[in-house]
Amino acid sequence: MNAVVPGMERKDKGARSLPLGLTAELTYRCPLACPYCSNPADLAQRTGEMTTEEWISVIDQAADMGILHFHFTGGEPATRRDLPELVAAARGRDLYTNLITSGVGLTRERVKGLADAGLDHLQLSVQGVDAASADAVGGYKGGFERKMAVAGWVTEEGLPLTVNAVMHRHNLDRLEETITLALSLGARRMEVATVQFHGWAERNRDALMPTRAQVDAATATVRAARERLKGRLVIDYVPGDYYATVPKACMGGWGLKTLTITPEGLALPCHAAQSLPHLSFQSVREVPLRDIWLEGPAFQAYRGQEWMREPCTTCAHRERDFGGCRCQALALAGDAAEADPACSRSPHHGAMVALAGAASTSGVTEWRYRPAVGKS
Amino acid sequence: MSETSTTGGPSTRDRPRLPRGVRTRFDDTRGTWMLLAPERTLKLDAVGAAILAEVDGEKDVDQVIDALAIQFKAPRDQIARDVMAFLGALGDRRMLEMDPPADDPPGERVAEGTGVGP
Ligand code: SF4
Ligand code: SF4
Repeated sequence: MNAVVPGMERKDKGARSLPLGLTAELTYRCPLACPYCSNPADLAQRTGEMTTEEWISVIDQAADMGILHFHFTGGEPATRRDLPELVAAARGRDLYTNLITSGVGLTRERVKGLADAGLDHLQLSVQGVDAASADAVGGYKGGFERKMAVAGWVTEEGLPLTVNAVMHRHNLDRLEETITLALSLGARRMEVATVQFHGWAERNRDALMPTRAQVDAATATVRAARERLKGRLVIDYVPGDYYATVPKACMGGWGLKTLTITPEGLALPCHAAQSLPHLSFQSVREVPLRDIWLEGPAFQAYRGQEWMREPCTTCAHRERDFGGCRCQALALAGDAAEADPACSRSPHHGAMVALAGAASTSGVTEWRYRPAVGKS
Repeated sequence: MSETSTTGGPSTRDRPRLPRGVRTRFDDTRGTWMLLAPERTLKLDAVGAAILAEVDGEKDVDQVIDALAIQFKAPRDQIARDVMAFLGALGDRRMLEMDPPADDPPGERVAEGTGVGP
């Protein structure tokens, strides 16, 4: 392996480029049907979730290779009955355990069970600030009410709570209220994530794309709230990049810090990587995790800088943003090795801004729900 | 003896502790202490690790400073500056909680963060 791994030059070569975090998508099943779900669009054909034993093997391998954070997500991870067992296994290996959940499917007993199993942190998604608007997005009646109850159970257990809000054209104007909601739920941390157009969101781009004015206002709102709420609420913000001039740093570097495992065991450099059809992904059912990380073709594909082209090759920012998002490059510039068109130096930048502007004023208000996949 | 945070923050008689969901561990792979928190990994240098080794929810800030001044054989005011800056930064990130002094009867404190010493 000769990839140049920026920012991780260490004397100990063995530790070089080993990941810090692993996201375990335990299942694609979910009672909700959010139109921006990042799960793959061919959900219905997916079968063959990994067993408890297989996930425990992933946990052990992750701990052995120096991973520190283990994120349980889905779909809705709480649809797996073995969730407490997996949390306990991860905590037993001293991994920091994080549950990313819609809250639907959790009861007071289950929250307590997870806390007792050693869960470190729970991240609860909210789709809106009241039942009417939230349940219209999640496509699940009663979802909002359940989430409010879950937040109470979580803080009752003394677990740290993060509220995660995906923002789009239909809720961005209520960002301030969303922050107030997170505070009132007792969250210590909040994620304000402007919708990214991968997975199901891409099909709903016209309905979800925020306007430039909304994106600008959101940035100002977050900045003011961070200042005001310092020491009370930490706000992590993923700004919409469709009107930006510099791209976001993809994953903090492809194959550099984190990886995702799908319900069937495929190891991905990024949760949306399956939208890159030219990449082939290895399964932890067949190949040891460490080998996939260090040598796997999908991880090597965009690791370091050798794959880059102009304008990235000679750009001073390449160690900061790594050329941006590969998925967005493929979708909008036609090749995953191009600069992310969110970058103003990309020849496709103008087209991207125009597309975003047109989508945001398309007047489309109906979206296609991702199907709520039930018990498998 | 008591120090007051320059930011008008908590009193040095408050007792710092890591809240649930924030913990330290030694990272064998990278050969360093880490502070783990929601979506955060902070690499601790020797000073940070030493400070957090004293943060146990029992000692107040003054006692933490005393312990470190002895351990590092360094001037107390220099240690105090480092400790206050480090704990303040963790507090801003909600990675640290401050409990009132053990002998404070509940309800007696006028307000949070007045920094009034004994
Ligand atoms: S040219 Fe490439 S490296 Fe430079 S800012 Fe744009 S995307 Fe990033
Ligand atoms: S390729 Fe794009 S979607 Fe995937 S992690 Fe990077 S930025 Fe995110």
